[in-house]
Order: sequence, then structure tokens, then C-alpha cells
Amino acid sequence: MFGQYLADGIILGSTLALGAIGLTLTYNILNFANFAHGSLLTWGAYFAWIIVVAFGGVQGATFGPLSFGWPLVVALLFTAVMTSILAIIVDWLVFRILRKTNIQVSLVIASFGASLLLRNLVVVIFGPEPQYYSENIQIAREIFPGVRVTPDQIFVVCLSIILVILLHLFMTRTKLGKAMRATADNTSLAQVTGININNIVRWTWIVGASLAAVAGVFFGLTVQILPEMGFNLLLFLFAAAILGGVGSIYGAILGGMVIGIAADLSVLFISPAYKPAVAFTLMILVLLIRPSGILGEKTR
Amino acid sequence: MSEPHREVVLRTTQLEAGYTPGVPILRGANVIVHAGEIVTVLGPNGAGKSTLIKTIAGLVPVFGGKVELMGRDITGIKPHRMVTEGIGYVPQVNNVFAKLTVEENLEMGAYTRKTGVAERIEATYALFPDLARLRHLPAGKLSGGQRQMVAFGRALMVEPKLLMLDEPSAGLSPKLVGMVFENVQQVRDSGVTILMVEQNAKAGLMISDRGYVLAEGREQIEDRADALLKNPEVGELYLGSKGGLL
Repeated sequence: MFGQYLADGIILGSTLALGAIGLTLTYNILNFANFAHGSLLTWGAYFAWIIVVAFGGVQGATFGPLSFGWPLVVALLFTAVMTSILAIIVDWLVFRILRKTNIQVSLVIASFGASLLLRNLVVVIFGPEPQYYSENIQIAREIFPGVRVTPDQIFVVCLSIILVILLHLFMTRTKLGKAMRATADNTSLAQVTGININNIVRWTWIVGASLAAVAGVFFGLTVQILPEMGFNLLLFLFAAAILGGVGSIYGAILGGMVIGIAADLSVLFISPAYKPAVAFTLMILVLLIRPSGILGEKTR
Repeated sequence: MSEPHREVVLRTTQLEAGYTPGVPILRGANVIVHAGEIVTVLGPNGAGKSTLIKTIAGLVPVFGGKVELMGRDITGIKPHRMVTEGIGYVPQVNNVFAKLTVEENLEMGAYTRKTGVAERIEATYALFPDLARLRHLPAGKLSGGQRQMVAFGRALMVEPKLLMLDEPSAGLSPKLVGMVFENVQQVRDSGVTILMVEQNAKAGLMISDRGYVLAEGREQIEDRADALLKNPEVGELYLGSKGGLL
């Protein structure tokens, strides 16, 4: 059983890692804990669902053993763009104005409000019932003795790894990525170095929201699409980002994996209802030993 | 060395600025810097020295007056645009990107540059050979003196018309202070015009051509550096003695 839950944990961890990266980026560059980030995951899942449905419903030709075909690939690109636009609109309507006041608490509370609004908007538009990208039955295969996973789950883990590598290359090899790191490191110096901060803010939302959208699709693919999915995942995302070290992208990835695996392994010992509690207990334990998180920098 | 035929790089006219409307910190400051000069701004704490430099860099709201660079009015332009106008600015603290490598710091310095980035990086390594050796280290891991070189190098990447230094010697050991001022001279000798604010009046004036004493948000004394060093008024301000700084 251990192997099976470990595999489940890695699958959940892939989703959490992508979600937590966006959370940590907005924290790092915009300096606030964005409670609306979970809603970006939800909207990401639904934007993709629109495309899948538009391409002839939930049935259709699929890629080999996977439960989906081309429509989902198009949907992934579409949802990355749409979720980025949504994030930029929310930023423009709400956060941009509050950023000027420089009171972090108002930003956090406003993000909570935006989160509720976005979640209820999903219910109004798409209804409260769960949705699926595919009604094809997936047969889980045994990849190791006692460990069964579906092809979709393998796809989720592989694409997560690819995206994390691409993100690493973007942040360390491109001028824009370096400028984002520079702005996160020292915003006022970035300004007098000639970096247009508004431009960096926009790209932060694009990167964070795109990854959130993909994470939302991953959750929809491996579990289901629900209006409250993002909100339910939000606590895990915060636990992951904080445990890994807030502000560190690699910390968010590691934190996502640790939280995902720990939550699923805990099912061996206690009821699945306690998964969030396990995530937070683990987070608190790590913070007691390393207050800045596993990969976090010591605060100056 | 303020011969009248020398080109004026920077001119502030009756500059008024501050962080809160109605509470000006600069109250009509007039400062001129000519091409190739090192000009030092001295003054007691709270005189508005750093505010002067920050205002020129576009970081402080301007209430009145003008800032001109090479005859172009740049008053009130956004900070990130000042770089393309030709202003290089090295803040007093946190003046490097600590988590970025030395080389990445220099690349960021060239953010607004379209071409010649690699050449500029090599030129910076030629000016500060130590940095070439340290290029792949995060700037935050360097010593105070090395960090100051990274900060200078970063600001010089765009070949600014004017380099502004906010207390370059602050927080450094006496030995390093000498080294940093040598670096400042080296930078000037490479053809850069420099305006700096300095708490260490004597050391600052020793390498300067001219200086201003700022108090209550405006210039009180303007003179050649060697004359300021002998000026009893300046000595009184800094040492409480009547003999001048020398």
C-alpha cells in the first residue's frame, strides 16, 4: 500500500508544485499572500473544459492510452492565456490600486474577497456539479509491484517536470526571467537600473496564472473539476510555499512534493479527512526547525 | 575647475522636492556638474544630501524647479526612464542584486541596452579585474568593497552621462574607503562625470574637483574642493574646530 500512496502523493505533489510556484512568485514580486490564487486554478480548469466541450464534447479520439486527444492540448494553451488575462484584470481592478497604499493587510483581505467572488462566479456560470474532461474509462496499470497508475497520471507528472525545467531555464537564461529575479530581490534597485516594474508585474501574473491554470487542468484530469477545487487546494498551496521557503521557486516545487506525498501517505494511518491537517502539521514542524522554510533565505 | 567653457552635464535650478506634499526637504537647491568633474555634496545629517541625488534619479516627487541633463529637461521622469536619459545611480545600501551573480548584476545594469552588452561587461572586468574572478558568485556573498565595485559596474553598464553615488564609503573599513575612492577616480578617468554625496568630507573632497555644502535643503557654500578643505566654516561643521579640514 505504501508504494501506491507514494505514487498518489507524487501525482498530487505535481499539481501542488505548479500551483505553489505562482503563489510564491506573487508573494516575492508583489509582496502579498494572494488568497485568490486558488481561484486561478479553478478558472484554469474551467477555461480548459470550455474548449474540450466545444471540440465535440467529452468523447472523441484520444492519444493512445490517454483519456484525451488534441482538444485538451489546445485547451491547455487556451487556458494559460485566458487565466493570465483574468489575473491581469483582477490585478488591474483590485490589487493595482491597493498596491499604492502599501498596506499589505488590505491586499491580503482584498485577495480573499476576490477569491470568493471568482469562486461564486464559477458556480453561477458553470453550475455546482462536478465536470470531467473525459468520460473514457482509464485502466490503471501496474508500473511497480503493487503500484497502479493511469496513463493520465503519468502524463501529469511528466508535463510538470517539463514545465519546471522550462521555468528554470526561463528564470536563469532569459533577460526577462533575470529581471523578474532582480525585481524580486530588490525592487527599488531594479527601478533605478531601468527595469519597468509594471512590465515585470504583468509577467509575474502571466507566469503564475499560466502555471496555476495547468495545475487546475491536472487536478481536473486526475480528480474532477469542481467550483471549490481551487479553494480546497489553497491551504495545501500555502503550506507548500511556506514549507519550501516563501519566495523560493525551488522551495515551492519541493514543498509541493513534500506536502502532496505527506498528505497521501497519511491516509495509511488516519482518515483522509485529515489531509489538510497533516499538511499544516508538517509545515509547522518544518518552520519550528527552520523558520525560513527548507530553501528560504534567512530574512535580513 | 569650473572653467566656464566646460560643458554642463547636470544643472538643477531652484529644485524643491520631498516625500510628503507641503513638506519639502529640498528647498531650492542649485547644483551644477561639468563634464569630467567629480563633485561632492557635503552637509550635516538631514540636510537633504541623499534626497538631492534621489530626486535627480526620479525617486522623489518634485514640487518645483528643474533638473536638466545635457540641457534636456528631465524633471519628474519615472526612475526607470532616467537610465535611458543617461543617469546612473548607486544607492547607499542594498545597491546590488544579492541573489544574482556578479555577471547577472552587470547584465541587469545593461537592461535598457540593445547592443554591446558583452563588450561592456568585458570593459567592466578590465576596470575592476577582481570582478572577473568572482563573476559566477552571488553578489550577496561578496565583501563590502567588492560589492561596491559590482554596484559601480552595474550603474556604468549603460555608459551614463552622469554617475551619482550615495555615500560610497558608508559602512566600509578605513582601508576599504581608500580603495573605493580610488575606484571612483578610476571611473572618472575612464571618462565618466560623477556627482556624489559623502559623509566622509575630507576623503571625499580629496578626490573631488568641486564641492557643495548643503544645509536646510539648499546649497550654502559652493567652491573648489581644495578651497573647501581649507575653509574654516566647513571645518567647523564637521570637526567643531576652526582650522578647516586640512
